[in-house]
Amino acid sequence: MTVAAAAAMDNGPPPPIFRGMSFDDDILIAGGGLNGTSMALALASAGFRTTLVDPKPPKVRKAKDFDGRGYALSISSMRVLKTLGVWDALTDVQSILHITVTDGRAGEGPSPLMLAFDHGEIEEGPMGYMVEDRHLRPALMQAVNDANITQIDDHVAGFAPDTSGVAITLGSGQTRRARLLIGCDGRDSAIGRDSGIKRQGWGYDQTALVCAVAHEKPHGETAHQFFMPPGPLAILPLTGNRASIVWTETTARAAEIQRMNDADYLDILRPRFGGFLGRIDLAGDRFTYPLRLSIADHFVAPRVALVGDAAHVVHPIAGQGLNAGLKDVAALGEVLTDAHRRGEDMAAPDVLARYERWRRFDTATLAFATDTFNKLFSNDNPLLRTARDIGLGLTNALPGVRRRLIREAAGLTGDLPRLAQGKHL
Amino acid sequence: MSHATTIDPTEIEKFQAMAADWWDPNGKFKPLHMLNPCRLDYINSQIAAEFERDLTMQRPFEGLRILDIGCGGGLLSEPMARLGADVVGADAAERNIPVAQVHAEDQGLTIDYRHTTAEDLAAAGETFDVVMNMEVVEHVADPLSFLTACHELLKPGGLMTCSTINRNPKSFAMAIVGAEVIMRWLPKGTHDWSKFITPDELFDLLRRAGLDPVDRTGFVFNPLSWNWSLSDRDLSVNYVITSLRR
Repeated sequence: MTVAAAAAMDNGPPPPIFRGMSFDDDILIAGGGLNGTSMALALASAGFRTTLVDPKPPKVRKAKDFDGRGYALSISSMRVLKTLGVWDALTDVQSILHITVTDGRAGEGPSPLMLAFDHGEIEEGPMGYMVEDRHLRPALMQAVNDANITQIDDHVAGFAPDTSGVAITLGSGQTRRARLLIGCDGRDSAIGRDSGIKRQGWGYDQTALVCAVAHEKPHGETAHQFFMPPGPLAILPLTGNRASIVWTETTARAAEIQRMNDADYLDILRPRFGGFLGRIDLAGDRFTYPLRLSIADHFVAPRVALVGDAAHVVHPIAGQGLNAGLKDVAALGEVLTDAHRRGEDMAAPDVLARYERWRRFDTATLAFATDTFNKLFSNDNPLLRTARDIGLGLTNALPGVRRRLIREAAGLTGDLPRLAQGKHL
Repeated sequence: MSHATTIDPTEIEKFQAMAADWWDPNGKFKPLHMLNPCRLDYINSQIAAEFERDLTMQRPFEGLRILDIGCGGGLLSEPMARLGADVVGADAAERNIPVAQVHAEDQGLTIDYRHTTAEDLAAAGETFDVVMNMEVVEHVADPLSFLTACHELLKPGGLMTCSTINRNPKSFAMAIVGAEVIMRWLPKGTHDWSKFITPDELFDLLRRAGLDPVDRTGFVFNPLSWNWSLSDRDLSVNYVITSLRR
C-alpha cells in the first residue's frame, strides 16, 4: 500500500504487521558453501521455493585446481548426497575399506597396540569415502544450477522476523520476504549473531596442517589415525597413490612449519608419517586451520535456523564437521517438509524447535566426545599413555564395542533422517 | 470472499494479542499445540485415503469443503486451508471468531470463520466433504442431537473425524488430575469426567446418528519422549473415530 493510498483511506494508517503479504521465497539460505548448497538441493527436492544467497560468484566457488583438501564422508553423508543427485556426478571417490587407529610418538613409530576397523564388520559397504573438495564443490554447484533454485551473488545485510515470515535485506539494498531464513554462513555466522544467539566455545592452541601427498606404495584403501603428543595425524586415502594429510601441532609450531619451504616441511612430516607408504612428496597446496570448538546455544530463533558450522564447529579429529552438517541438512529438510505436508506453518516456532531438539543433543555429544578424545590423546603423560594403550587394546579385543564405534563413525547410529537412509524427503 | 473482514480496525490489535495467545506453543493452549501434529497426521491420512489424495503433492485437498467445528484460534482450520481445502471454521464462542480471522489473514490464508453451531449450519442446509469434530463432543449438552446435526452436514460419501476422551480411572488421572490439576495445562473445570465417552458408547452414538464408523485410533502421550503418537491399540485416554455418511 502506498502512502497516498493509505492517506486516502478513512481508517487511518495501515495495520502494523504484514497481513497476508506475499512471499518471494519459501526459504532463503545465506551461504553457498557445502552445507548451503546441500540444504538448497534438499529443500528444492521437496518443492520449496528456495533462494541461495552467497557473496562469491559461483565461478569462484567451483574453482577446480587441486588444493589438497578432502572430506572423509560417512555412509550416511554419502546417502544424503546420493539422494540429492550429487553423488553419482562425483569422480574420483576413494572408498575407505579399513581404518587403523594407533597411538604413536614421532620418530618411534606406532605402539604395538592399535585399533583396526574393517568394512567386513558392517553390512552397509565401505567404512566411508574420501572426496576431494575440488570435485565435491563443483558437483554441488552443478546440481544447484540444474535445480529450480534462485541464486543471488550478494550477502544478507539484515533481516527482521515477524509473525508470518522474515523480511531480508541484501547488501544491494534489495529486500526479499521469506517464511524462513537459514544461516549456512559458517563458524562466524552473522545470521546467528544477529538473531541474538550466543555461542559457547573454546580454542585448543592447536592448528591443523592440511596437505596432500603422493606416495610410492599403494595405500590399500586404508585410513590411518595416529595419536601423537602434539595432536593427531590422519592419513586419508585419495585415488591413485595419493593421500590427504591432516596433522595437528601447537599453534606456534604450526605457524613455524607453515612458513618453511616444501623440502623442510616434508622433513618434518616424514618421521611422523613413517615409512610404510615408501617415498612421499607434496601433491598440492598447504593449508592451516586453527582448531576451535564452538556450539550455538540455540540452533533456531524466530524464523531462523542455523545449519552446519553456523550451529556447531567440532574438532576435525574424525572428519565429522561436514558429516554433522549434512545430518543437519537432512534433519531440517525433513522437519520442514513434514510440517509443510501436514499443513502447519512450516517455520512456526514449535516446528523449528523440533529441528533443534533433534540435532542439538547429537551435536553437543559429538563435540564433547571429540574434545575428550583429543585431550586424552594429545598428551605425553606416561600414565595416560599406558591407560589409552590398554584402552585401545581392550576396545580392539571386544567385537561389540568395536562394532558400535564403527557404526558411530559411519554415521549409522541415532535417529537417522530419511535422506541419511537414502530415502527422498 | 463474501465474508470480507467485518472487524473494527480499532479492535485489531486486541485480537492480534489474543491470537498470539492461541498460537503460542508454550502458552495456555500448549496441550493442543503438542497434540496438533499427531491429530493432523491422523486427519490428513484419513482424508487422503477416502478421497484418494497424495499428501506429497502441493495443496492435496484442493476442491474439498471442510468444516472445523469448535475451531478456536484455527489450529486445525489453517492447516486444512494450507493444504488447499475450502474451510469453514465454526465456533459457538463469539470471541474466538475475530481472533482466528486476524491470524489467518496474517498467515495469508482465506478461511470462512463463523460464530455458529453445527445445528444452525445443518438447519441452513450447508454440506461438507469433511467434518472435523475434534475435542468437542465431551463438551456438548446432548451428544446424540449434536452428532445427528453433524451427519446432516456431511455430503453422501463424506467423512467425519470425531475425537474425545475415554471414561475410565486412567483418563480421570491423566486428563483431569494430570492435565488440569498437576500440570495446569488446562484451566480447572475444563473437563467434566462424567461427560467423557467410551469408544463403544461413541460407536453406538455415531451409528444412531446415521453414521458408519470405519476406524478407531488412540492418541497416546509418551512422557519420556514428551510427544504424542498414534496407536491402533491404546484408546485408554484420548482417541478418535472416523465415520462415513454412506
